[in-house]
Amino acid sequence: MKKNNPSYSNGGRFRDNLATRHRAGVIWQIVFQASTVIGIIALTALLLNIIDGAFGYVAYEARVDPASLAVDGVAIEDLPQELLVEILRQNLSSGAFNKLDNEIPFNERSRINVYDLVIERIVRYDVTESWTLRESLTQGAEIRARVIEEYPDAELRFISWINAEFIQRPQSSEAVNAGVRTAILGSLLTILVTILVAFPLGVGAAIYLEEYALDNWLNRLIRTNINNLAGVPSIIYGILGLAIFVRVLGVLTSGAVFGSVDPTTASGRTVLSAGLTLALLVLPLIIINAQEALRAVPQSLRQASLSVGATKWQTVWSHVLPNAIPGILTGTILAVSRAIGETAPLIVVGASTAISFDPNIFSRFTTLPIQIYQWTARPQAEWRHLAAAAILVLIVLLLSLNATAIVLRNRSTKRF
Amino acid sequence: MSTTADSNYVIETRHLAIFYGDFKAVTDVNLRIQRHKITAIIGPSGCGKSTLLRSFNRMNELVPESHASGQVLFDGQDLYARQVDPVEVRHRIGMVFQKPNPFPKSIYENIAWGARVHGYRGNMDELVERSLHQAALWDEVKDILHRSGLALSGGQQQRLCIARTIAVQPEVILMDEPASALDPIATLKIEELMEELKRNYTIIIVTHNMQQAARVSDYTAMMMLANGHARSGTVIEFDETNKIFTRPSDKRTEDYVTGRFG
Ligand SMILES: Nc1ncnc2c1ncn2[C@@H]1O[C@H](COP(=O)(O)OP(=O)(O)OP(=O)(O)O)[C@@H](O)[C@H]1O
Ligand SMILES: [Mg+2]
Repeated sequence: MKKNNPSYSNGGRFRDNLATRHRAGVIWQIVFQASTVIGIIALTALLLNIIDGAFGYVAYEARVDPASLAVDGVAIEDLPQELLVEILRQNLSSGAFNKLDNEIPFNERSRINVYDLVIERIVRYDVTESWTLRESLTQGAEIRARVIEEYPDAELRFISWINAEFIQRPQSSEAVNAGVRTAILGSLLTILVTILVAFPLGVGAAIYLEEYALDNWLNRLIRTNINNLAGVPSIIYGILGLAIFVRVLGVLTSGAVFGSVDPTTASGRTVLSAGLTLALLVLPLIIINAQEALRAVPQSLRQASLSVGATKWQTVWSHVLPNAIPGILTGTILAVSRAIGETAPLIVVGASTAISFDPNIFSRFTTLPIQIYQWTARPQAEWRHLAAAAILVLIVLLLSLNATAIVLRNRSTKRF
Repeated sequence: MSTTADSNYVIETRHLAIFYGDFKAVTDVNLRIQRHKITAIIGPSGCGKSTLLRSFNRMNELVPESHASGQVLFDGQDLYARQVDPVEVRHRIGMVFQKPNPFPKSIYENIAWGARVHGYRGNMDELVERSLHQAALWDEVKDILHRSGLALSGGQQQRLCIARTIAVQPEVILMDEPASALDPIATLKIEELMEELKRNYTIIIVTHNMQQAARVSDYTAMMMLANGHARSGTVIEFDETNKIFTRPSDKRTEDYVTGRFG
């Protein structure tokens, strides 16, 4: 260590200088740690908030006491199908009963379905009051006391708003019967259309731009514009989708030309239109990420391939693409995550909210975010609990889609 | 591309100049490369050796805005003529790069891929073994053929690249400083290999190593930034190797090969 080197500040005292440098390092490390911690706090708060709404006490009141429907002392939960149908016949107006029979004959319905009808049409549970998880945990005694006092007929239960029935039931106008089955199927179908369209188109365009296109002003302009497109507000894609897929291509997207005469199809406001709109939305993201991934493939690999006399296409297919696939998939994960959470463009394209049948690509659609948006907008507390439960479903759906993509990516990375 | 002239010369350049955009990197090169001989290209850094070498199999085209004027004749046929397919050129004139660049695939696949690309119908195992033998790598890798080519040492990787080049049976092999990153033993192996290969192939090698050029090559081209031209390289002397190293006619060559250069 030099003692009196004049070119060091502090009269050449090397150690002092070192301490300052270390101090700067430590400060920056704290700053970085703080940003991570803030991020984690925000995420945790978000999750806690959702969980808070998804579980808790509920006070139900039945319009008709289910015990009064018991036949020969057998509770309705255990009654066979024929007796449940009989209960329906006795308690519903004949018009309402025949309408149900016309939709699907009772002997073709499952027992569960008939049981649900009994609960839904006759027993008719209503939520009188509901509490969040925090309230349920901290004020359990007060809640119980209050229910006994104010709603003597009500039944108080601690429930998870997210449960098997919630996932399996279609949307309903009654909070107790509402489920997200149609929304999950709608989201999955929509995202499937989006991936099937946007992935090949996006990767194809990226390959063209990176591997084939000359570096002239036109292609530079195209590249710049793709980058700009990625920043366009999503609602604008909704307007575009409405104009193109619903209005102009309505005959295609409603399935009319394919002979689909789905009476529920509302003039091209279908799953297909929604998927195509989201495909437009994520296309720039996929292109940009795929371009990055292709650019990261070393030039020496292309040279190696060309120097043994491979054509450009053979080079791209056998060497460039396999090496870029992990990066391309990472970009696709991001794009799909974005698409699956989109609400605004789908509302513009014409999402429905009350859909009680399983959708296909030519039917009207709803998706989880749409459902969540609708539910959170309602004044009654129970819908917000349902929305919280639906958000959890959406998160799980998103995580499982991403997990699939990550498994795919890791499998493709397991090369040499 | 048809083989017309059956002269002793495989490659002949006439007033060849190579540009990167407006920059003329190489100017006025007139060379005649003998068949089944090893020709070395030597010269100081940045004088255009790699550029010249790459022009022989049209690899320069990968650099945007690069273009050439003059002629490169391969068996009497102009390589840069419009109807010539660069893919066929690169098949017949193979290249080994300065930095080993095996495919991120198995050793076996590194060799087999090129052959398969050309629709090779013969026994692939045999071809792989023969190519690895010729590249003096077989004994080291015969038990790990399905391991990654990238798991080999640098010198082994370079020999793998040579084997890969041989496997598609080119007529000429271009080597850009193939031994620059190798230890003396691996270097020696590659030099022995070139001696071996010269029976079937014509080899052009760029090297910074004077001893190597003197040891392995039959002919040597000395490149230098040409006087008068702004930073443009050219061949200032081209002759039999022992003449270049013992009685060069150009003073600059003498200075360079004896290490007295700049
Ligand atoms: N891709 C490129 N784009 C633009 N200029 C280039 C490119 N490659 C090389 N050049 C220029 O061409 C000239 C010759 O380069 P080249 O690589 O052929 O030299 P070299 O003789 O092989 O040098 P070295 O011995 O250091 O490898 C240099 O001035 C270099 O800057
Ligand atoms: Mg070079």
